[in-house]
Amino acid sequence: MSDHADEAPGEVDVSRRKFLVAATAITGGVGAVLAATPFVASWKPSERARAMGAPYELDVSKLEAGQMTTVTWRKKPIYVVRRTPEMVANLGKNDGVLKDPASAESDQPEYAKNESRALKPEILVLIATCTHLGCLPKQHFEPGDAALGADWPGGFFCPCHGSKFDLAGRVMAGSPASLNLAIPPYSFPDENTVLIGVDTATAAQGAA
Amino acid sequence: MASPNSDGGQSAVTYKPGSFREWLNKRMPVDQFVADQLTGYYAPKNFNVWYFFGSLALLVFVLQILTGIFLTMHYKPGEAISFDSVEYIMREVEWGWLIRYLHSTGASFFFIVVYLHMFRALMYGSYKAPRELLWLIGMGLYLALMAEAFMGYVLPWGNMSYWGAQVIVNIFGTIPVIGPGLVEWIRGDYGIADSTLNRFFALHVIALPFAIALLVMLHLVALRQTGSNNPDGIEIKANLGADGKPKDGIPFHPYYTLKDIVGVGVFLTIFCIVVFFIPTFGGLFLEKPNFEPANPLSTPTHIAPVWYFTAFYAMLRAVPSQQLGALLMLLAIVAFFFLPWLDRSKVKSIRYKGLLSKLFLGIFVVSFIALSYLGLQPAEGNAVLFARLFTALYFSYFLLMPWYTSVEKTKPVPDRVTYHA
Repeated sequence: MSDHADEAPGEVDVSRRKFLVAATAITGGVGAVLAATPFVASWKPSERARAMGAPYELDVSKLEAGQMTTVTWRKKPIYVVRRTPEMVANLGKNDGVLKDPASAESDQPEYAKNESRALKPEILVLIATCTHLGCLPKQHFEPGDAALGADWPGGFFCPCHGSKFDLAGRVMAGSPASLNLAIPPYSFPDENTVLIGVDTATAAQGAA
Repeated sequence: MASPNSDGGQSAVTYKPGSFREWLNKRMPVDQFVADQLTGYYAPKNFNVWYFFGSLALLVFVLQILTGIFLTMHYKPGEAISFDSVEYIMREVEWGWLIRYLHSTGASFFFIVVYLHMFRALMYGSYKAPRELLWLIGMGLYLALMAEAFMGYVLPWGNMSYWGAQVIVNIFGTIPVIGPGLVEWIRGDYGIADSTLNRFFALHVIALPFAIALLVMLHLVALRQTGSNNPDGIEIKANLGADGKPKDGIPFHPYYTLKDIVGVGVFLTIFCIVVFFIPTFGGLFLEKPNFEPANPLSTPTHIAPVWYFTAFYAMLRAVPSQQLGALLMLLAIVAFFFLPWLDRSKVKSIRYKGLLSKLFLGIFVVSFIALSYLGLQPAEGNAVLFARLFTALYFSYFLLMPWYTSVEKTKPVPDRVTYHA
């Protein structure tokens, strides 16, 4: 289109053209990013997946001392263990062989950042996916377990890559995993029920 | 035949007036294309057995597409139905077992062929200038193939599919800051779930095959531009005859098309023996725990990926830190991309390189095989120590390459290719 009065035929206003090309490219680029957003977002957990991730209620009154049960919450296997007083008492002796004895680097709610890593020391609630690569550590609660040697303090052993955890899910030195087993948010609505997925804090907020 | 020639594209080709070929070629340059790509494309005349694997890779790709299309007609993605639909294919669909075993064996043979194809490039310096881009596109193909194979392995939804996916997807979780969110986004749920399986299906049957087909095309376009390297690493275009054709070149068709058909025959013979008699290959091609349905609450006692990933898996496990392990694994693959600039040698082919290059290439091959073996073994005691040793040796091939390729004494490269008629 060279019918502008101020422009000779064939003459191009280069800076104007550059500006228009850049402006078009930027506008188009922004548009492309915006148009891509729904597609990228469609990969996030759906409403249904989020609903299925609702809290899990478990009656722990039938759990004997030293016994463990496995439940599923948000597709994650959760170990719930009723530890014997002896097991709880022995946790303090493990510090020397642990990578993160105080759970400083590890993932747990504030109220489980203690030696027993629990709200109530006798009830241990763990996310049972190995912090190395997500396998399922197996229970080896007997101290000195034949497969794990005389100095085994009792705990969990991951069969995939050999990570070792004590009875509070704390990782031992020499394991490929570097963090303690994670603790999910949980609370005790009453004496015998553990509600996995809901904090006392969040529950209180909900009640308020 | 009034053969159009490739130089210039202006050649006056005379067709019989009113003939179909005249009609066709006026509308679509069929003859010109054949001339450019096949009959007028000159390849070095000294190709040896290592030069079969490029065309064989293309053959396996076509085979995977064909068998894949037919598997898709019976397979159903979904947590509750995938495993059963694969068993249905194996037991009840007419010849379903054959189509499935062709596809599963094809996956392993794809990697065998691609690894041999890549080794050829390492041996004869095919990654060196002017073929850097050809090499980079090829490495892009390798990455796409790895993703394609991994997602394909998840689809039968056996227990190893599930736990393999768990381990591989969690590797992304080791990325600082964005890791956990990224993993949730990849899975579309709080664990490996239906949503994960479904999106892997979509990527496996549509997105990645398209990407691979596109990259194959670019790989061939780049190859046509530079021409093939050869076992002597000599540029045949530097030595043209009076007719303007490389003296050491022969037309790709009919010479190499016919030669490749022989390769196809030998390949298919071996391939069919595996498909018919040893399709699981002793648990290497189809792992035993994958004959059990996926179970999120029961880890197979020993998780290992399929053999073609075990070298990298061994590196992942060799380090006591998961972040470092994942980084090391990534670097082991990324290192290949830098080969064109790591190799400082004046010559391309191993035939004319010095003793050090031969030694380090040997070390690399031994390390890769040893790591592949160690990745299949439980990570205990000596296996971890050996994995560390071979990981170090694996990286020495890349990291020391600028040194050993520049200090060693190379042999003089002849002007013309070595050829025994």
